[in-house]
Amino acid sequence: MALNKNQQLLSKIATNDRHGENSPYFDGWKAYDKNPYHPIDNREGVIQMGLAENQLCFDLIQKWIRGNPKASICTAEGVHEFKNIAIFQDYHGFKEFRQAVANFMGKARGGRVTFDPDRIVMSGGATGANETVMFCLANPGDAFLVPSPCYPAFDRDCGWRTGVQLIPVNCDSSNNFLITKAALEAAYERAQQDNINVKGLILANPSNPLGTVLDRDTLRSLVSFINEKKIHLVSDEIYAASVFSTPSFVSVSEIIEEMECDRDLIHIVYSLSKDMGLPGFRIGIVYSYNDAVVNCGRKMSSFGLVSSQTQHLLASMLSDDEFVDNFLKENSERLAKRHSLFTKGLEKVGITCLKSNAGLFVWMDLRRLLKEQTLESEMTLWRVIINEVKLNVSPGSSFHCSEPGWFRVCFANMDDVTVEVALERIRVFVEKQQVKSKRKFQSNLKLSFTSRRYDESVMSPHMMSPRSPLVRART
Amino acid sequence: MRHLSTKATCNSHGQDSSYFLGWEEYEKNSYDKVQNPKGIIQMGLAENQLSFDLLESWLEKNPEPAGFKRDGKSIFRELALFQDYHGLPAFKKALVEFMAEIRGNRVSFDPNHMVLTAGATSANETLMFCLAEPGEAFLLPTPYYPGFDRDLKWRTGVEIVPIHCTSSNDFQITETALEAAYYEAQQCNLRVKGVLVTNPSNPLGTTLSRSELNLLISFITTKGIHLISDEIYSGTVFSSPGFVSVMEVLKDRNCDKSEVWDRVHIVYSLSKDLGLPGFRVGAIYSNDDMVVAAATKMSSFGLVSSQTQYLLSALLSDKKFTKNYISENQKRLKNRQNMLVMGLKRAGISCLKSNAGLFCWVNMRHLLRSDTFEAEMELWKKIVYDVRLNISPGSSCHCTEPGWFRVCFANMTEETLDLAIKRLKDFVVEHTANGHSKSNNSSKKSKRKLLPKWVLRLRDRDHEPDER
Repeated sequence: MALNKNQQLLSKIATNDRHGENSPYFDGWKAYDKNPYHPIDNREGVIQMGLAENQLCFDLIQKWIRGNPKASICTAEGVHEFKNIAIFQDYHGFKEFRQAVANFMGKARGGRVTFDPDRIVMSGGATGANETVMFCLANPGDAFLVPSPCYPAFDRDCGWRTGVQLIPVNCDSSNNFLITKAALEAAYERAQQDNINVKGLILANPSNPLGTVLDRDTLRSLVSFINEKKIHLVSDEIYAASVFSTPSFVSVSEIIEEMECDRDLIHIVYSLSKDMGLPGFRIGIVYSYNDAVVNCGRKMSSFGLVSSQTQHLLASMLSDDEFVDNFLKENSERLAKRHSLFTKGLEKVGITCLKSNAGLFVWMDLRRLLKEQTLESEMTLWRVIINEVKLNVSPGSSFHCSEPGWFRVCFANMDDVTVEVALERIRVFVEKQQVKSKRKFQSNLKLSFTSRRYDESVMSPHMMSPRSPLVRART
Repeated sequence: MRHLSTKATCNSHGQDSSYFLGWEEYEKNSYDKVQNPKGIIQMGLAENQLSFDLLESWLEKNPEPAGFKRDGKSIFRELALFQDYHGLPAFKKALVEFMAEIRGNRVSFDPNHMVLTAGATSANETLMFCLAEPGEAFLLPTPYYPGFDRDLKWRTGVEIVPIHCTSSNDFQITETALEAAYYEAQQCNLRVKGVLVTNPSNPLGTTLSRSELNLLISFITTKGIHLISDEIYSGTVFSSPGFVSVMEVLKDRNCDKSEVWDRVHIVYSLSKDLGLPGFRVGAIYSNDDMVVAAATKMSSFGLVSSQTQYLLSALLSDKKFTKNYISENQKRLKNRQNMLVMGLKRAGISCLKSNAGLFCWVNMRHLLRSDTFEAEMELWKKIVYDVRLNISPGSSCHCTEPGWFRVCFANMTEETLDLAIKRLKDFVVEHTANGHSKSNNSSKKSKRKLLPKWVLRLRDRDHEPDER
């Protein structure tokens, strides 16, 4: 097909698909946007369970804001700071902001490690942080290994404009999706044979979509793996404070204190979008133990600095130890409660999830509801869940999961009542399926996808759809 | 170091240039009226600090946006969750209307064609990613904003080829210069994807004339390439000729349904006009849907904080405020520029006649030892270390003529500006008397050197008493 004039005038990056938004998975979002659930106005609508947001603790933050008018530069109490903050565009960021974030990160790890404020580098959300880290560590054509299933937008964040490729390292339910050194070695060897230059390993811990934390042994083996191969480790710890039951979270920052490691290879990505539920404020952090990366990352942060207004607010909030300690505790408890409510409700109808203790979602096992253990069956089931059950959940294939039948279902972006509604719908659906499975499975759904390879161009639930309900509802 | 990318280990970020070195010196020894009266005065920072009182008084009268409230109801939750890369609709609407107002409502903008970014820094980089491959080139008239080397080239791999402008015609862009730049690019095997201009210009402080704009549009039409107009200083135009946006000229030429319409893009920001660089509010405006679509997706890497979008949507929707702000701000800039121009004149220094921006393009060629960049550097170092003014040498802006300096006037109090002018005046007198400049020949030099400085100072009737 000849390129149209526009495509010739624009760059390849602007016209290719690596942003990942053209995949068929948009159907779930479209269904939701056309018919969003509302407890009063639209009780038959689609419930959004594909959006990993933490909406459980806004009351705590609002209370703090009301009680601390100085933290806003617009209140009578705070406006005297307006000018100084409005002109502050130093890419080092406010010292108080960095100190407060370092403090928060340390507390989220139970005070077992401390973070150096001078290593805190800002970015446009974790989205910007991951991209910046790649720009610092890899050249176009280089590769990073990533354990799968993984956050779908890693491909966009790490590879779209950087030219870096991601090589999935498949994990499956045979061992609860644990990452094994053997799997990493195999992936690394294959890449070497294909003449691909592997620069590092990137992973999310706690994991999205699994909701699990890496155990100490696995972490140690990962660190020894990257040390051995002299490649980087990027640990996206965006859900660090969203751990709500045992085992506790172990950060790579702790591991490097207890074993031999070349610290120049260790980098952490963080954000306040999940732990604090503030994705709109775009607070992303690159924390590297490598001075050159801190330096370079800091210069690059010019492309995505945190608004000084936001820095100022968070600097104040996060240096309030009483608030932070209470927030971390409450957040954890509320997530635990919600997780329990949801998983127990699923168990009642015979649906199990991967045992998880973190994140804003569960990794739901619907393999037994698949007609066949294939990707196509997963897609079929998914369309049924969207169109008939009216829940927007995320199919495992969108996370590059090699095993069909798994779905990520978010539980922290709604109130308790909506959770019950969702559970009820699932109950009804499962009972119907059990009846149906006695007869030949009939589907009157059109299968609109082709047998494309799903390891590219996947939609991310992490990205807001262009038709976010928030845009329509609250202009 | 061997483990890192090429981008991390090269110096295309441009921070080793003199533009930034001056800043470093300033950081080490900053002027403070009380704490450090002999410190370096910052005149290398194009900030607009003249109109904060207007913003502060608006805030005092409008407490709701401060408290995340609208109509008495809290909207904190909605804002905290709002990460839609299409941006807050109310904000985009207010922003396009503000842009139109600055252009005297001679053109209007569609919010659906606007993409919000983290500052103009991000907007410019994003446009490069959208419009060019690594190794392709954009033509830029010199002198240009030093930060472009980082913003346009560093991570994108795009090249900049200069369009040489000179003082012979007040640094205006000519057809010859455009063609020469295009040719030079081709000689270097660089495919030219477009032209990028800053209008009003940084560092010149002048607006592009209609004929220059027409020339540019004809040029990009013939060559089939893009035109990016960085209009970040559009609200700082304080005297005639007024500001003419590229969009107006396109409209006047009835280009709105033509091909070239889709190849003209505007970059904007609130960092200069409103003096809010800390808030990181930038925008790309394009008539091309595909550019808008691609840039929107890329804006994920640098969205504007929803907290900030909300505050500014309230501010900019207040038309009474914006009308007053725009005109008052321009008045103050005009006065301030005049102060600097007159002060420099008394010191025997002329500037390029300017009608916009937060700086003057100052002609110190007569103070150079020779017509070289080495001499410019020598003079610059003296001004930074001895006169203690951080100003930006023309070479850091890629000017082809030595001896020009960009001097900012809107980022300090009147008192400080006065002091800066005095220091410069003293320096010029001494400098000229000591025969350091070309205008004093070497024969005078040897005699002068024998006289102690205090004798020379006595000759200067305008000599000010020592600073406290």
